[in-house]
Amino acid sequence: MSKPSLPKKHRGLQIATSRSMLCLAFGMFALVQGARSQDAATIAKGEYLARAGDCIACHSDPGNKPFAGGRAMATPFGTLYSPNISPDSTTGLGAWTADEFYTMMHSGRTRSGALLYPAMPFASYTKVTRADADAIFAYLKNVPPVHQQNREQDLKFPYNNRNLLLGWRTLYFKEGEYKPDPSKSTEWNRGAYLVEGLGHCSMCHTAINALGGSSKSEAFQGGLIPMQEWYAPSLTSNREAGLGDWSIKDISDLLQAGVSARGAVYGPMAEVVYNSLQYLSDSDIRAMAVYLKALPSTGDTTAPNEVQTQDRLRLAPLGKKIYVAQCAMCHGVNGEGKGWDFPPLAANQSIQMSSSVNPIRMVLNGGYPPGTIRNPRPYGMPPFAQQLSDEEVAAVVTYIRTAWNNHGTAITAQDVNALRSAPLN
Amino acid sequence: MRKVDCRSSDFLGTFCNVALSMVIVVFFAMTGRLHAQTQNSVTASDSTATRVMACTACHGERGQGSRDDYFPRLAGKPTGYLYNQLVAFRDGQRKYPPMNYLLAYLPDSYLREMADYFAAQQTPFPPLPKPDVGPQVLALGERLVLKGDDARHVPACIACHGASLTGMSPDIPGLLGLHSKYISAQLGATRFGTRVPIKPNCMQQLTTRLSEEDITAVSAYLSSLPAPANPAPAPAGSLKLALTCEGLETK
Repeated sequence: MSKPSLPKKHRGLQIATSRSMLCLAFGMFALVQGARSQDAATIAKGEYLARAGDCIACHSDPGNKPFAGGRAMATPFGTLYSPNISPDSTTGLGAWTADEFYTMMHSGRTRSGALLYPAMPFASYTKVTRADADAIFAYLKNVPPVHQQNREQDLKFPYNNRNLLLGWRTLYFKEGEYKPDPSKSTEWNRGAYLVEGLGHCSMCHTAINALGGSSKSEAFQGGLIPMQEWYAPSLTSNREAGLGDWSIKDISDLLQAGVSARGAVYGPMAEVVYNSLQYLSDSDIRAMAVYLKALPSTGDTTAPNEVQTQDRLRLAPLGKKIYVAQCAMCHGVNGEGKGWDFPPLAANQSIQMSSSVNPIRMVLNGGYPPGTIRNPRPYGMPPFAQQLSDEEVAAVVTYIRTAWNNHGTAITAQDVNALRSAPLN
Repeated sequence: MRKVDCRSSDFLGTFCNVALSMVIVVFFAMTGRLHAQTQNSVTASDSTATRVMACTACHGERGQGSRDDYFPRLAGKPTGYLYNQLVAFRDGQRKYPPMNYLLAYLPDSYLREMADYFAAQQTPFPPLPKPDVGPQVLALGERLVLKGDDARHVPACIACHGASLTGMSPDIPGLLGLHSKYISAQLGATRFGTRVPIKPNCMQQLTTRLSEEDITAVSAYLSSLPAPANPAPAPAGSLKLALTCEGLETK
């Protein structure tokens, strides 16, 4: 039986209807696709920005699933455990809204209104724009959810009382998105936004005081990182890691590849390059380099005192002997180093700083710069803790700090001994 | 015969100028090179051997092991085993802070290169200190290593690590050339779950069936054995394993 056909006058209507349905369907499809590609672009942007903020480093426990939190962070006030920021609906960010996420980043308050401990760098993240915070949130909502309860914070009295943070915030927290400086270039402003905001560089490169705060007036002037016993050098003093006399290329190489013709990153900075900076675009890295190079120069080191001069005269001959036997094959007889592979020691700021913590630790513990996209097979510094005595390490470190017109001071066997028990992770 | 005179023709003049320029260029290139050589005194070669100097400072120049009890031999161990250990140290499943620290930020491909390098090293076994235990302890060790203990479902070491105890490619390590204290520490750590193998993970199950005395005996006996005639691990799949580890993989 054949299907009854529609009266002729209705046929046109049918065709018209199917056409408009088709158009409508196509339109909807295009809209959905458009929204999807917009979503995909936002998520990709969020992934990039999450890397710039290095969220993964603290919010993942090494060896476990990313963004599930649970990483223990020893602080002078007790141990903090990072929370789960995967999109799990009960233990992570699954039930959060974009508004709540922005408020957390911008004002340092959790969803419930409680004050965040400043281990979360909200004093830096407050500078992040709403659009960037939204993109990061979109990305985090899109990573695999991990069901893992947050651990209770294990802080000593009285620091376990979050209300005390009100005082800390009054002293050290200024809420507000980054305001571009119209007198500076677009590139400088982009660099400032990244360094001061997501990069949260000042968390380590500004001295932390007894209250766990860092003063704005001392921004980027360097300091010992509590509990880790690494010294984060000043980014402003040309006598420390100040970058005033570095080329933009060398600064960019150091940040992105982890190595440069002037020196390599090590210690906690290796983690920053490995997890974060190596993934940033050439233009963003360059912008950061431009900003860092332009930081005003401050501070100066003091001349060696009489005791240090005597120590140098006593230790340097032994130091030179050890240097020639153990170090010169890679760093060169004159401390000249070689390209990216072997950092120069002559004129290397990082070994001459007032704080001798870093060169001592490098000799004791050795270390690889991070394996990065641009430098996947880094050369590594061998550890010497098992081979050299405290006196021998003091001698060789004194030698490299004072040879070749380096202006560092002598160190003692006690300085070395104190760092033999420094934490390695 | 006419002397070649650069002034005698345009052609010759040009030729002489070009030749002179070339001589000057070559001269500067050579002195420049000499100059660079005197400037840079670095003698380390561009090689994997140089890249792993951070490893060989403790494990021996070619990974042969050292006099220290806890710096094990790496040379000639199966590459898959070495790679798994490097990954476990990097990611924290195997804990020893100096190793965790060194490897923390190195990519898989580089760890693979390091594993391949040490697996390929053929170097003599250094003499080991005589284990400080009596003949009865060594006899217990020998029995467990060669025969196991059926009553406790403990297979012999040789059942998986090979009759010559040099391991099997790609993942099962050789057990010779290691200090007694090192072996004992690894068995203990595996038993208490602080050393978690990635693959195969049957050792944890097995070590829970061993007593402290068993571990001391096995470690002492293994470290008392002479270097193997052929240090190469058995080819992959050549041994029928005593335990089916595959089904128990954790990763």
